[in-house]
Amino acid sequence: MTISFSSFPTTNDYSGYNQPHHPHNVSEDVYMDLDEGHNQPDGSRPTWPGEVLTSSQDYMRGHGTYVDDEEVIASVAGTIERVNKLVTVRAIRSRYNAEVGDLVVGRITEVQPRRWKVDANGRQDAVLMLSSVNLPGGVQRRKLESDELQMRNFFEEGDLLVAEVQGFFSDGAMSLHTRSLRYGKLRNGQLVTAPPILVRRLKTHFIVLPCGVDLILGLNGYIWVSKHVKASEQEGEEGFDAEGVYSNVNDDIDETTRTAISRVSNIVRILASHFVPLTDTLLTEAYDWTVDQESGVKNLLTEDFGDALVTSLVSRS
Amino acid sequence: MGSRVEILNEGGYRSDGRRQFELRDITINLAQQGQADGSAIITHGLTQVLVSVFGPREGKLRSQAIHDRANINVEVNVAAFSTGERRRRGRGDKRILEIGATIKSTFEPVVQTALYPRTQIDVYVTVLQQDGGLLQACINGTTLALINAGIPMLDFVCAVTGGVHSTSPMLDLTTLEENDVPHVTVAMMPKTGKVALVTMETRLHVDRFEEIFRLAGEAGKVLHREMKGAVMGRTSTLVNAMGSQQSVDKDGDEQMME
Repeated sequence: MTISFSSFPTTNDYSGYNQPHHPHNVSEDVYMDLDEGHNQPDGSRPTWPGEVLTSSQDYMRGHGTYVDDEEVIASVAGTIERVNKLVTVRAIRSRYNAEVGDLVVGRITEVQPRRWKVDANGRQDAVLMLSSVNLPGGVQRRKLESDELQMRNFFEEGDLLVAEVQGFFSDGAMSLHTRSLRYGKLRNGQLVTAPPILVRRLKTHFIVLPCGVDLILGLNGYIWVSKHVKASEQEGEEGFDAEGVYSNVNDDIDETTRTAISRVSNIVRILASHFVPLTDTLLTEAYDWTVDQESGVKNLLTEDFGDALVTSLVSRS
Repeated sequence: MGSRVEILNEGGYRSDGRRQFELRDITINLAQQGQADGSAIITHGLTQVLVSVFGPREGKLRSQAIHDRANINVEVNVAAFSTGERRRRGRGDKRILEIGATIKSTFEPVVQTALYPRTQIDVYVTVLQQDGGLLQACINGTTLALINAGIPMLDFVCAVTGGVHSTSPMLDLTTLEENDVPHVTVAMMPKTGKVALVTMETRLHVDRFEEIFRLAGEAGKVLHREMKGAVMGRTSTLVNAMGSQQSVDKDGDEQMME
């Protein structure tokens, strides 16, 4: 007796599933010979939930694994990483796993007593305490009871902000802070999302592109593309005022800047859909390439154009 | 038998030309669908199901949150055009609610929910085409979508429907066969061989049960190979897409050093 697949005619041609179908009567497992042959260039090899990785006697289990019957077993689909005796599996796609000190972009979802809830693409909403924001009227000012009553003057539901991960609560929710002049409410731009794994840790996540566009690469995959603000116009320690930092009004943005913002946003979307990690050099190259092609901003999102862009960026390396 | 169609003819073929133990053709598409964290479209013959997974994320209702683990919320939606006879089923349809509850109870012990306290994992199942084996397609699709979303699971869950025509067992039934033949859906975890779900709505002789149960378990292993192949293909594609750019990054760093 054998169990096999019928050759039922299929009309669908899916690109996401390129594996050949099983020939009849293949008994042994064709995917088990992964040890050497399928290694990726960077030494990590892909795995799937339920694959036995190693013995728990010799190795420690890390994230993305579990131990059953003295064996370390993968629990997510991703790549195996090994540091000395610690075996972890990094999921290829997942929500954002926060670490202390990460820069994130988020959106206020709720205003609660003395705290805001922020959607930062994490497993739970992040918390921004009233005591971890800069209040108008000086950095050193203490929070007053009146501040608690007018929290919506600072951040309202739907507002976007850039913040840093300060720590974690016992249930795993992250706590944010905006106690730096670089952090705070976002305006003059547009939000684009990408898978968090594509945003690598960089020296700086505030990127100024030569085309007059500022970019904030949040490690949670939220990316803010906005009009360039000159460093001198950003409020200094002395001139810190509520109007500037908590303002809800956009500045005037001229036509060329608007086009540039849309262009950069579309490039980020293309790179994200092709699963290309985002870096400042790559984005600049991509921007120049699209300008050279003399195409309109909306043509960027056609499939052919996106493929051509990614191919040219890869071949340039 | 009193049925109009012949379920299994003398040559040993079924109404759609398959042998007794032949499964229908399967296609798996793990491409990104909209804003979902993970999604999968799975086709068993003419049955097609789209599953989208969101989460783990903050629950909509605080009352639903469980303090020490994630809550799995399954919603099933059957498209009006999915059956031969056009029929709209509401959200409150008992039959659809039952499929949702079955999927939820199948996956609760398999997903490592304890890692994500106070969160919610939303599973939205959309049935696009129906031709028998609806529950197996829903379960297989949910497995793939959860894996695609990077949610930790102990193992795959592979489901197959089996039935018995007089004394001959058959696998992966179509609607035509399901109407005439007593059938069982078995969901199993291939690594350990544990059974996550057995469900039967018809009457089946106890002597026949053991055979069909064992066969369905073996068919599950065959399905596991297909599903694993699709997951590995998707993972490798994404890893390669990320890897092809790494040389560019290094060049960039070197230039900055100079």
